[in-house]
Amino acid sequence: MHKSVKRGLITATAWAVLSTTAMAADTLTLAGLGGKVQEDLTATLFKPSAEKIGAELRTESHDGIAAVRVQVQSGAPGWDVAHLGAEDCAIGAAEGLFEPIDYSVVNGDGIPEGVRAKDWIATNTYSVVLAWRTDKYGDNPPKDWKDFWDVEKFPGRRALSVYPQEMMEIALLGDGVERDKVYPLDTKRSLAALEKIKPSVSVWWTSGAQSAQLLKDGEVDMEAIWGSRIAGVIADGAPVKFTYQDGVIGFGCVAILKGSKNVAAAQKLVANIVSPEIQARIPTMMGYYGPSNKKAFEAKQFSADVLTQSNASPENAAKQVTMQPTWWSENIQDVQEDFKNLIVQ
Amino acid sequence: MTMVLNHPGIADADHNADALKRQGSRERRVLASLTLPGAILIFLVLILPIGWLFWLSFFGPSGEPTLENYTRMLKPIYVRTFISTFEVAGLVTLVCVLLGYPVAYLLSQLSERTAGLLMIFVVLPFWTSVLVRTYAWLVLLQRTGLVNTWLIDAGVISTPLPLVHNMLGTVIGMVHVMLPFLILPLYASMRAIDSVYMRAAANCGATPSQAFRQVFLPMSLPGLAAGVALVFVLCLGFFVTPALLGGGRVAMWAMQIANNISVYGNWGAASALGVVLLVVTGIILYVFKRLFRVDSFEGVR
Repeated sequence: MHKSVKRGLITATAWAVLSTTAMAADTLTLAGLGGKVQEDLTATLFKPSAEKIGAELRTESHDGIAAVRVQVQSGAPGWDVAHLGAEDCAIGAAEGLFEPIDYSVVNGDGIPEGVRAKDWIATNTYSVVLAWRTDKYGDNPPKDWKDFWDVEKFPGRRALSVYPQEMMEIALLGDGVERDKVYPLDTKRSLAALEKIKPSVSVWWTSGAQSAQLLKDGEVDMEAIWGSRIAGVIADGAPVKFTYQDGVIGFGCVAILKGSKNVAAAQKLVANIVSPEIQARIPTMMGYYGPSNKKAFEAKQFSADVLTQSNASPENAAKQVTMQPTWWSENIQDVQEDFKNLIVQ
Repeated sequence: MTMVLNHPGIADADHNADALKRQGSRERRVLASLTLPGAILIFLVLILPIGWLFWLSFFGPSGEPTLENYTRMLKPIYVRTFISTFEVAGLVTLVCVLLGYPVAYLLSQLSERTAGLLMIFVVLPFWTSVLVRTYAWLVLLQRTGLVNTWLIDAGVISTPLPLVHNMLGTVIGMVHVMLPFLILPLYASMRAIDSVYMRAAANCGATPSQAFRQVFLPMSLPGLAAGVALVFVLCLGFFVTPALLGGGRVAMWAMQIANNISVYGNWGAASALGVVLLVVTGIILYVFKRLFRVDSFEGVR
C-alpha cells in the first residue's frame, strides 16, 4: 500500500517535470486560410521552420482578415502568426493589427520590395493565368489577354472572377496596356475594358472549386483561373491548357499578431519561412506555386520540368505582372463596389 | 338602505372580493416572474445585440458619429442589390407556395403512417450540406449538364438552355433548400383541420372545390402565413447558393454585409446594412400580416 502510493507520487512528479519541460519549449500558433493549401504550406514551409527553431507548431484556420482583426481586438490573440493573402496583410498593417517584422532577425533580401513591408512579409506566390479548352481552340489557342478580349477571332464563352483583384489588372492587359505600365491601375480604363468583354462572360466565378469545374465540364471555353486550380483540372484529364503569358503573380504572406506572447519566437519562425533554403522546397512540393524569395532558385538546383511548372521561376516570372498588394489595400472598397456594380448590371 | 350596506354579510363579501383580487394579482405576478428567465435571455441575446448593432451603425470606421453609413447605401450597387435581394426572396417564396401547398395538402390527407414515410423525402434535403446541394444543381443544370444533355439527345432542343448562372438557376437552387421550411408548418396546420368541417360543408351542399375554397383554404392560411414568413425571411439572408448558381450576377444584401465586415473591416457600415434590412423586413411582414389579416383566420369564427 505504502509502496504504491510512493510509486504514484514518483510518477506524478515525473509527469509534472515532463510537462513543464514541454511548456518551456515555445508553442507557436499559426492560423491560415485552411484547406489543402494550408496543409501543403504547413508541410512545405511552416513545419520545417518550426523544427529548425525547436518550437512546437499548432495550426488553426481562419476565414480571412476579419477573423484576425477580431483576435487582435480581443487583446489576447489565440494566434501568434497569421497567413493571409497579401492584400489582407496590407489592410491589416494599415489598421495596426500586426507587430513590426524585425529585419535584424528576418533576412528579406530575395523578396520583392513591395511585398516585404514593415509589418508583414510574403511567403509564397500564386498566379492567375489564362486557361482554355483545347477541344474548342485546337492549334490556334488564345495567347494572352488581348486574345481573351478579341471575341471575333476567339469566339466562345468566358469566365472571370467576381473579385476585382487580378481581374482589373487582366482587363488592362487585355486592353493593350504594357505589363510594366499596369500599376498604378487606371481603374476607369480597366472598368471600360470589362464592360466591353461583359457580354461574352457567361460566368463570374466565386470560388476556386467553381472555376475548376467550369473549365473541366466545358461550361466555359476560356477563363482566368488560379494556376493551382488548373493543375487539378489537367490532372483529371480534361482537354485544357494554360499559359503563364500575362499571368498575374499574387502573394501569400505572414504577419505577427499584435499582442502575441511569443513575438521573439514568431520572428524566428518567420525568418525561417522566408529563408531561401525553406523557400526552395516550394517548387517541388507545391506545383504551380512559387517561392516569394527569388534566392530560392539559387539555393537549389531544379529540373527543367519543375522550372517550367513553377509560376515564380525566373523565365515564367518574366512573362507576368506582379501584383501590388498595397495599391489594393488602399483602393479595394471603391474598386470592389464599382466592379460588382458592373457585373450585376 | 344604510342598514343593508352595513349588513355584516355584505361587508364580508367586500372583504372576500378584495382578498380574491389581491390573490389574483399576486398569481399574475408569480406567473409573470416565471417568464422572467426567458425574457432576460431574449433581452441579452436578441434585444441587446440588435440595439448595439443599431448604435454602431451611426459611427464611422474611426469612431466618429456619422450618417455616412446610411447615405452610402444610395450608391447604385447598394440600391440594385437591395432590390434584387427582395426580388429573389419574393420569387422563391412564390414558387415555394405553388409547389409546397399541394404537397402539404396531399400529406395531410394521407394516413399518418404514409404521410410520415413521404415526409422523409421532404426533410431529406436537410441532411445534405447547402454547398453540396448547390454544386449538385450546377452539375444538373449547366450547359453540358444532365438536363441539357437529355433534352438535346431527346431532340427537344438543339442548343443548351441557360438554366444556371442566372436568376433561374438561383431560384431553382434556393427553392430546393427552402421548400421544407414552407411544407412543415403548413402540414402541421392542415393536420389540425378536422375533416368534420369538410363533411359538414358537403352536407350543406358545397361542391368539393367550394368546400376547399371556403372551408379548408381559409383554415390553412395561418400555417401558410407562417411558412411564407419563414421562407421569405430566410431567403433574405442567403449567400452561398445565389453566389454560385447566379454566376456572380445575382447580388444579395448578405454578400454586401460580408464584404463590409471581411474586406473593409467596417462594423458601422455593415451594421447599417443590417439595420436597413431588418427594418424593411419588419415593415414587409407587418404589411403582409395586415393585408391578409392573418390573425382573423386563427381558429374558426
